[in-house]
Amino acid sequence: MKWRYFKQTCFFIIVRMSAFVIALSIGAFLVYIAVKGIGAISWEFLTEKPYDSMTKGGIMPAILGTFYLTAGAILLALPLGVVSAIYLTEYAKQGPMVRTIRIGINCLAGVPSIVFGLFGLGLFVVFLKLGSCILSGALTLGFLILPTIIGASEEALKAVPQTFREASLGLGVSKWQTTQRIVLPNALPGIMTGSILGIGRAAGETAAIMFTAAAFFTAKLPSSVFDEVMALPYHVYVLATAGTHIEETRPLQFGTVLVLVALVLGVDLIAIIMRSYVRKKKRW
Amino acid sequence: MSRALKEKIIKNVLFLFALVSIIVLALIIIFLFMEGVPIFGVVSLKGFLFGTEWYPTYDPPEFGIWPLIVGSIVVTFFSALIAVPLGVLSAIYIAELAPPLVKEIFKPVIELLAGLPSVVLGFFGMAILAPWLQQTFDLPTGLNILNASLILALMAIPTISSIAEDALYSVPQEFKEASYALGATPFETVTKVVVPAALSGISTAVILGMARAIGETMVVLMVAGGAAAIPESIFDSVRPMPASIAAEMGEAPFRSDHYHALFATGIVLFFMTLGFNLFADYISHKFKEVGSATL
Repeated sequence: MKWRYFKQTCFFIIVRMSAFVIALSIGAFLVYIAVKGIGAISWEFLTEKPYDSMTKGGIMPAILGTFYLTAGAILLALPLGVVSAIYLTEYAKQGPMVRTIRIGINCLAGVPSIVFGLFGLGLFVVFLKLGSCILSGALTLGFLILPTIIGASEEALKAVPQTFREASLGLGVSKWQTTQRIVLPNALPGIMTGSILGIGRAAGETAAIMFTAAAFFTAKLPSSVFDEVMALPYHVYVLATAGTHIEETRPLQFGTVLVLVALVLGVDLIAIIMRSYVRKKKRW
Repeated sequence: MSRALKEKIIKNVLFLFALVSIIVLALIIIFLFMEGVPIFGVVSLKGFLFGTEWYPTYDPPEFGIWPLIVGSIVVTFFSALIAVPLGVLSAIYIAELAPPLVKEIFKPVIELLAGLPSVVLGFFGMAILAPWLQQTFDLPTGLNILNASLILALMAIPTISSIAEDALYSVPQEFKEASYALGATPFETVTKVVVPAALSGISTAVILGMARAIGETMVVLMVAGGAAAIPESIFDSVRPMPASIAAEMGEAPFRSDHYHALFATGIVLFFMTLGFNLFADYISHKFKEVGSATL
């Protein structure tokens, strides 16, 4: 009898320890990044361009570039993803076709980001002759986050109670009008949460934009969607690996990392808080 | 226009949009093959996959990606050794042990870890973990399999933990109650009832976590060290496939053999992760439990 409880105690200690180890490593990681990075952050760092072969100055062009790429990606992926999700949850009849589409979405979600980069290089940069530019990068990122958006939108649409649809259809409203006026507005907060998570993913993505949009350094800010841009994640990679001043620019690197982490985690945190708020406010 | 016709048109337009994911997947395959297949005019498929020399810039060049494949498998394997127990155990903690308040905090924290940009984790491995490893174990370099596996494990844990937790959570309450009624301890209930019932979901979680690790680029590019050779110990450097593609594509002349070889490496990587994903999909559907009645 004692042995049974002894085993239980041991097992539960191990379980608690592993959760603790994960929480501790995340905590230590964030604190370390914050402490090391905070010294580099200043108004100049956020608003100036880099100079002296990127050993001095700020990261404003990279922040701007990441903003353009992310905005472009979400502009493409949000409508596509929401409409796909509407078809899958509201219209499609279960069958081989829907099953195939779902497998396709799952597989797309699992495609490594570097393969997305190769795809963007092959299709947008080379085949469509767009070159390495904001447009190519934004399209590549848009397709990369499409499965995230579809998944989140589907979940949000499914959470709208069936009785809402029945009430509307019972009044003689057409299916499309029901979807548009009843289902979508109720699913909107959930869809937005998912999209924000997609934004976070796109903003932090490096491998997919390496060959499709990101530049080592640009002397000017981009003036159209056909220009190359600097981007925060790629800037981190470049500062940390290329050039002869790696040790010298460590403070700049930590500063850039902190800005990127704050940006991405800030965006994710908004989504997480919004989601728990929406769940609590639920009227049904 | 009649209402029925309008509805029909809308339905078909929506269907076309839903096809976009499949079309993109098809385009990925088409363009990988279009740019990758020409390499097989230079080297045979067998020589490409199992050749042990990767010297794409030498004269004459050697295009054997076996060291790269081994590199990918090795770092994925060691990261799984770390991430699978930690991920699954933390899922058990969240699903079975954690008090509600801790659960409320711990779940979003895991989600935040999933959201951390990979380049940041790579930077962490490079700037902090590598010097530490180098000093502690007295190594020529801290950029090696061990470092890459540790950081990749950190990336795979949230995937494994959150999917496994969903699976554990969806085990019907009746199962646990029945187990307790028979006099089982909480430990026996978890290990002999809850975990076996959720096993298909846990396996899916593990496979998807490994798929994430094998396809991850920035971490292995920055911390795996980059030596294209078959490793002999976990302190050796390796050059996994994604790292090779990312590092060399910038320098490979447009449509040269090297360029085609990198796309062909992309094909191999794509089909490896596709295999993982289809396998996970198969398991989660084949052994899907829809309620207490199906077991």
